[in-house]
Amino acid sequence: MTRTVSFRLNGKATSVTTDDERMLLWVLRSDLGLTGTKFGCGEGLCGACTVVVGNQAVRSCATPLKTVAGKHVLTIEGLGGERLHAIQQAFVDHHAFQCGYCTPGMIMNAYALLQKTPHPSREQILAAMDDNLCRCGTHVRIVSAIQQAAGAGKAGV
Amino acid sequence: MATLELTRREFAKLGGAGLFIFFQTELAGAQEPARIPGRVATPADFNAFLKIGEDGRVQCLVGKVELGQGAMTSLAQVLAEELDVAFDSVDVVMGDTDLCPYDMGTFGSMTSPLLVPAVRRAGAEARAVLLAMAGERLGVPVERLRVRNGVVADATEDGASLSYGRLVEGKRIEKHLANVPVKPVTQFQVIGQSPQRKDALEKVTGKAVYAGDRLPPGLLHARVLRPPAHGAALKSLDTSAAERLPGVRVVKEGDFIAMLHERPDLAAAALAKVKAEFESSPKLPDQATIFDHLRKTAPQARVIGQSGDLVEGERVSNKVVEQTYLHAYGAHAPVETHSATAIVEDGKLTVWASTQAPFLVKDQVARGAGFDPDHVRVISRFVGGGFGGKTEALQAVQAARLARITNRPVQVVWNRADEFYHDNFRPAAVIKVRAGINAAGKITLWDVVTIGAGEREGKPFYDIPHQRTASAGGWQGGNPPDMHPFAVGPWRAPSANSNTFARESHIDVLAAKGGFDPLEFRLTNLTDPRLRRVLETAAKQFGWRAGKTPSGRGAGVACGVYSNACNATMAEVAVGTDGQVQVQRVVMALDVGVVLNPDGLRQQAEGAVMMGLSSALYEELRFQGGKVLTTNFDDYQMGRFSSLPKIEIVLLENEQTAALGGGEPPIIAMGAALANAIYDATGKRLVELPMTSQKIKTALG
Repeated sequence: MTRTVSFRLNGKATSVTTDDERMLLWVLRSDLGLTGTKFGCGEGLCGACTVVVGNQAVRSCATPLKTVAGKHVLTIEGLGGERLHAIQQAFVDHHAFQCGYCTPGMIMNAYALLQKTPHPSREQILAAMDDNLCRCGTHVRIVSAIQQAAGAGKAGV
Repeated sequence: MATLELTRREFAKLGGAGLFIFFQTELAGAQEPARIPGRVATPADFNAFLKIGEDGRVQCLVGKVELGQGAMTSLAQVLAEELDVAFDSVDVVMGDTDLCPYDMGTFGSMTSPLLVPAVRRAGAEARAVLLAMAGERLGVPVERLRVRNGVVADATEDGASLSYGRLVEGKRIEKHLANVPVKPVTQFQVIGQSPQRKDALEKVTGKAVYAGDRLPPGLLHARVLRPPAHGAALKSLDTSAAERLPGVRVVKEGDFIAMLHERPDLAAAALAKVKAEFESSPKLPDQATIFDHLRKTAPQARVIGQSGDLVEGERVSNKVVEQTYLHAYGAHAPVETHSATAIVEDGKLTVWASTQAPFLVKDQVARGAGFDPDHVRVISRFVGGGFGGKTEALQAVQAARLARITNRPVQVVWNRADEFYHDNFRPAAVIKVRAGINAAGKITLWDVVTIGAGEREGKPFYDIPHQRTASAGGWQGGNPPDMHPFAVGPWRAPSANSNTFARESHIDVLAAKGGFDPLEFRLTNLTDPRLRRVLETAAKQFGWRAGKTPSGRGAGVACGVYSNACNATMAEVAVGTDGQVQVQRVVMALDVGVVLNPDGLRQQAEGAVMMGLSSALYEELRFQGGKVLTTNFDDYQMGRFSSLPKIEIVLLENEQTAALGGGEPPIIAMGAALANAIYDATGKRLVELPMTSQKIKTALG
């Protein structure tokens, strides 16, 4: 149904008038021009489109727009400001990316993990990240980066 | 090697934004992809590779593409080194057919061995020319000048200085010098370091722009109708329901059917409303019968290597073992699907495309979409993974065609089912090895026929007196039309993954048959010093315990060569009764000659461990007739965080060998190392990749 859906996007009040059954991914990328969030599979299977809604990592390709009404949506564009966020900095420090295409989804998934579990064990990191696919095989560095960010973010990630 | 190089004047005429193509007869090792339009030499004029701005920033221009392998960073290092400028002052412009010198494509591990020397020569000559220009301007003999961070200075006390930026003043450098030497390895200051990757900030902030992130004003997103099966022809079509949707534009040109909309998901919704019937496809082989089908349809095997006498080899062997190894089709499965954004302005077509080979795609698009190649520009800045699967770009042709038809900018992003359907898979392979050993543990006979994989690394590098290697079919094209039910092509280290799996599995079979330790058995039959060194290095790092296999410990070894780089891989696995394999540890020793960027090479090797593990244990395509039944990642299992082993990469120093490519060689031995480790753990020999848990469970009985 076409209606106006309002939510906070990266800290700013945002309204979109469109069919509210449409998936958040396409509204972000096409209607709002935020292309940092990537399409990979369209069925919530790869994690490239991960954004954070409230404090929850969600697959935006399988999240209808209407479900984010009144909520806060955080995308890769909203992370960090003048300086990189601790997780982004850790991804840089460890070169925890190759092609970079899955990276925004990885970072947002890690962000949600550290929100809930500021000091995760290695096993908790592996479990939380398991459904985010990386074809280049940078897993070992992503784990190291998350560990670094968890250490750096003691004062609140 | 007959090389035709344009004179500088000819080059200058073509220079600027023009296209320049250089042909030569031979380019070592460069076989991908199947349809290469011509052989190409590197430009003779260093201006093709670099531009110095008035502000002193240096542009490095190369036709290669940044696929994630780190070429943007290593090429900046190389140019900074030879020019004596700061690494941070170099901006690398890649994959733009209007701005960059011609490049065949980013594949075959060719950047380091072929492009890097060219960029180094360009940098060294430009530096010498700049020194000479500075000498003239300052009235100082060149011998007295020194360069640091792009500033030329008189080495005497209080001497004058002049920056490259001021010397050049943004102009093209007209002066040239012949035979300027590049720096010796011992003087490297930037090469051999691991600076922060050039693409780091863009990639962690979401600002890196991929082909599907281009959103020019007026853009239409297109979804193109795909047949249900390869070989299926369109019989009837009803687009009326789709046409009734608001904002939908329908394009029908023969069997090229596309739905376009300003929103990509609404274009997809329109395509879902299209009713299309297809003639059933011709009888094509199924997953269950493919290997028999390959044996039947393969062309006559061609002998590609032979020495000694096979009859004599049989006679002097005291144990002979024959075994056939199988390798299933493999998908490239990059997380970014094939994407392209096409825009026509003033009769000129610009296509941003996710491709490894923008210059090949320029011709492909011109041909396929009806444009003059002189009026086509292809830009491939960031690509979300290629692995050999993005050398051709049908999606770019689709976008260009639709842009021409609609007179609007058009974006085509394949969905995951499109990606599996159109992928040019790593060909399935059937490799039969018959080999013998004598009582002393020497290999006395090796007779191999490789069907489907292709020739690379088909020949054994062990010291075998009586041997023959024959090959039929491959990934380069030229296969009989009924051999494969879908397109096949290069997949990271093409041929080598299949052939190394067969060879290194069979080496272990022979070792087990003779009761020898697999590592020692290899060393007994190997004189190549570089291969011995990687094996011995890996063994030391791994803590290899000599003994007969199977030992129950789950340790496996394999080694291989690709593009002259040497790799020894050791793996440790635990195998559950349910057939689940947990790879606990992988140790890899690599010799790729001079290492341009150690961290970058480690990254490639770590990635190869994961991709190799993924391919060897999980990735199974389902297909029936011409239908690709695998349509998404729920049906194509890949390695993930929970499969991550402990990874230890040892890089060997080898300053005697010029830098070799590092993206492909690290993956080749993973399949056999894991098969050998599984055998060592269980006593069961898996001869077919992928070694899925189901197959292992069946083998365990």
